[in-house]
Amino acid sequence: MEGPAAVSQQGETTTQPRVSAVASDNAANQAGTGTHAGADRAAALGTRLPDMTYSDQETELRSAVRSVLADKAAWPAVLARTETPQTYDTGLWRTLAAEIGCAGLLVPEPLGGAGASFREAAVVAEEIGRALAPVPFLGSAVIATVALLSAAAAGSAEEAGASGPAATLIAGLAAGTTTVALAVPFAMMPGSRIERTVRVGPPPDHGSAAYQLTGAVAGVADALPADVLLVPADGVPFGLYVVPVADSGVTVAPVTSLDMTRQLADISLAEASATRIAAGPAAEQAIAAALRAGAAMLAAEQLGLADQALEVTVAYVKQRQAFGRPVGSFQAIKHRLADLWVSVVQARAASRYAAACLADEDADAQVAIALAKATCSDTALLAGQEMVQLHGGIGFTWEHPAHQYLKRAKADSIALGTADRHRASLAALVDLPRAPVS
Amino acid sequence: MLTEGNGLSAGGGEITADDLRRQVREFLAAHDPATTERLEFVRARFDAGLAWVHYPRGLGGQGLPRILQKVVDAEFAVANAPTNRPERNGIGLGMAAPTILAYGSDEQKRRWLRPLWTGEEIWCQLFSEPGAGSDLANLATRAVRDGDRWIVNGQKVWTSSAHIARRALLVTRTDPDQPKHKGLTYFGVDMTAPGVEVRPLRQATGEAEFNEVFLTDVAIPDADRIGEVGQGWQVSMATLMNERVALGAFTLPREGGAIGISAKTWREHPELRTPGLHERLLRLWAQAEVSRLASERLRQQLASGQPGPEGSGAKLVFARLNQEITDFELELLGAQGLRYGDWSMHRPDGADFYGRDAGYRFLRSKGNSIEGGTSEILRNIVAERVLGLPPDIRVDKDKPWKDLPR
Repeated sequence: MEGPAAVSQQGETTTQPRVSAVASDNAANQAGTGTHAGADRAAALGTRLPDMTYSDQETELRSAVRSVLADKAAWPAVLARTETPQTYDTGLWRTLAAEIGCAGLLVPEPLGGAGASFREAAVVAEEIGRALAPVPFLGSAVIATVALLSAAAAGSAEEAGASGPAATLIAGLAAGTTTVALAVPFAMMPGSRIERTVRVGPPPDHGSAAYQLTGAVAGVADALPADVLLVPADGVPFGLYVVPVADSGVTVAPVTSLDMTRQLADISLAEASATRIAAGPAAEQAIAAALRAGAAMLAAEQLGLADQALEVTVAYVKQRQAFGRPVGSFQAIKHRLADLWVSVVQARAASRYAAACLADEDADAQVAIALAKATCSDTALLAGQEMVQLHGGIGFTWEHPAHQYLKRAKADSIALGTADRHRASLAALVDLPRAPVS
Repeated sequence: MLTEGNGLSAGGGEITADDLRRQVREFLAAHDPATTERLEFVRARFDAGLAWVHYPRGLGGQGLPRILQKVVDAEFAVANAPTNRPERNGIGLGMAAPTILAYGSDEQKRRWLRPLWTGEEIWCQLFSEPGAGSDLANLATRAVRDGDRWIVNGQKVWTSSAHIARRALLVTRTDPDQPKHKGLTYFGVDMTAPGVEVRPLRQATGEAEFNEVFLTDVAIPDADRIGEVGQGWQVSMATLMNERVALGAFTLPREGGAIGISAKTWREHPELRTPGLHERLLRLWAQAEVSRLASERLRQQLASGQPGPEGSGAKLVFARLNQEITDFELELLGAQGLRYGDWSMHRPDGADFYGRDAGYRFLRSKGNSIEGGTSEILRNIVAERVLGLPPDIRVDKDKPWKDLPR
């Protein structure tokens, strides 16, 4: 078997004009019938691949974020904070917002933001995942921001005009003065049905824009540090509502969470006053777009987490001695770490592809996000597990960071759709229909 | 590894892509590709320095950056010019030529590189032995000096193309009293010399892609030694550097690999689907697609001048996925998977993953984690060269080779 081992693989390169993301959604939903047209379409997508490397500006952004996090989110401080009443580091979040503009990264410049793309946002997410930083980047700067931008673009002039509530909130988000959370369970799969657990009270009187919301949402991420909640609520029609946390009808109760570096909250609303920013399909679309972007950026966080877990573990097995030699010289250890490294390389490609597809509004974005969340979930969990195991006894202690990497990895793998749910979503997207029920 | 070896010889700074295009057009004007006999055409192309522009002048090149070769190849392709049939001489062009360029004498370069490039002389690689695979440095084929020649005895195995090759890269043991890596010497050997016997090596799939080569009192002139006596390991490493992770020229389309065959079967045969297989198919499809993205990302990194170590893992992923996908395919086929296309002994040109049946793919893929570096050796390479983990403790490095257990 001497000679180049790579198997020569030839294939027809098919091209297809780009279709809009909406058209692609429809096509994907109609697939699954085993048609050749569906198969051709599945093969055509992802033909012209976008740039998946890191640009010089992205590398600079990474250095800036990493430097702030090294200074203000060192491991002992992160661990200590998980046992205080303030599990979110609002001071650190203000610094990241003010000094680096992390809060308004995705907000267009005319609306007061940095006008950056998901590529840059993914780099920030990687660094936050690497440090397990307890800041609401994902919930506020990604998920809530995308929901607001989508609502502002689709809503009526009254709800979403330049002086409307969505535009006002976006300006506050971009400035880092307002933190917003979308009130849906963190485990929710993007595009899945929204549980109708909050109801809209009587329609507003003439001269008042306020609705009243009553109900509960369990297990919401990044709600604890939020000033404002975006609440999906059932009424006629279904809508997305802005609720100030300071309202007397709002309770945001901390949950003892598997991952205390991103502590969840149970939200209850008792006739809380609310302003509608989107109604009907526009609200549904805003929520779905927000959660899809959230899943892609969470995948980037998972990539950063996995990369750091690998790095720390490699450094440890180089210096830890047993049987008269570094434990990292044993093949039982080396091969596991080599496999983890390979897994991180694959995860990075998937994560960068998803970020690029979102940034370019590519028709393949849904496939890319499903691939990224599935791949990065598995990789981060593997990295967390290997970090504990390959550190031996110290890896099972409270004082060592390994357990917190494992917990965040496991929680993240459930959040915004498990790997299994994302893979299952590919069935319709790439025309691999499930088995008939027998 | 993924270095652009021999790419930047001095003295080419003045020539641009446009100059090269002009050169090719002038060459084509003087040698009409439609009427010139193929061999005559490619010999003339070599002599004009348009074979591999990154090679030195007089040896088929002009000492230019390797990247400019694309310009030349594109011009010849557009003109529908006869080729040197590179697909027939992969080892010669990909491994022998860089080794000869790096370690060969001037006389060897003049004698060997021209017929190598034109395809008149196919090369093969006599490295692995029945007792030396991953541990190549343990090889036992002996070369004993006899005046201005060497007498070689031994057995080599897994040799692609030996039955069509005119010459071979050969590594031998010349000093058994030295530690294993130090007593080796490297040669270019004439496969038509008396005492060279090539036998097909029948493999698990039924046919013989590879050969065994028996060397019995083969006389090799000292003029055909490549590198110094005792330098064989160093020269061998230069050869193998060019073997691992041969990236294709372009990224496959989605479903362009083995997964595409299973996806097609799945779509066309609803009666074969089960829930468990569906879960496996989605998992494999996702992994195959991500591995395709990772290959493209690696290509983008190389193109933008940020070569990373990512390529070291590509073959590990390929071997594992190809095995899992072909295993899945056979199970999906069910009753049809119990039949096999053809166990008869024959001599194919190489592995054929797309033109054969599922049973063949299942079996042939088992070689993927053995050939060109086993997956275990590749994990060692990733661990030591990429992650910087300490080397394994070695008990064989400093003892004389003759005293090692075997």
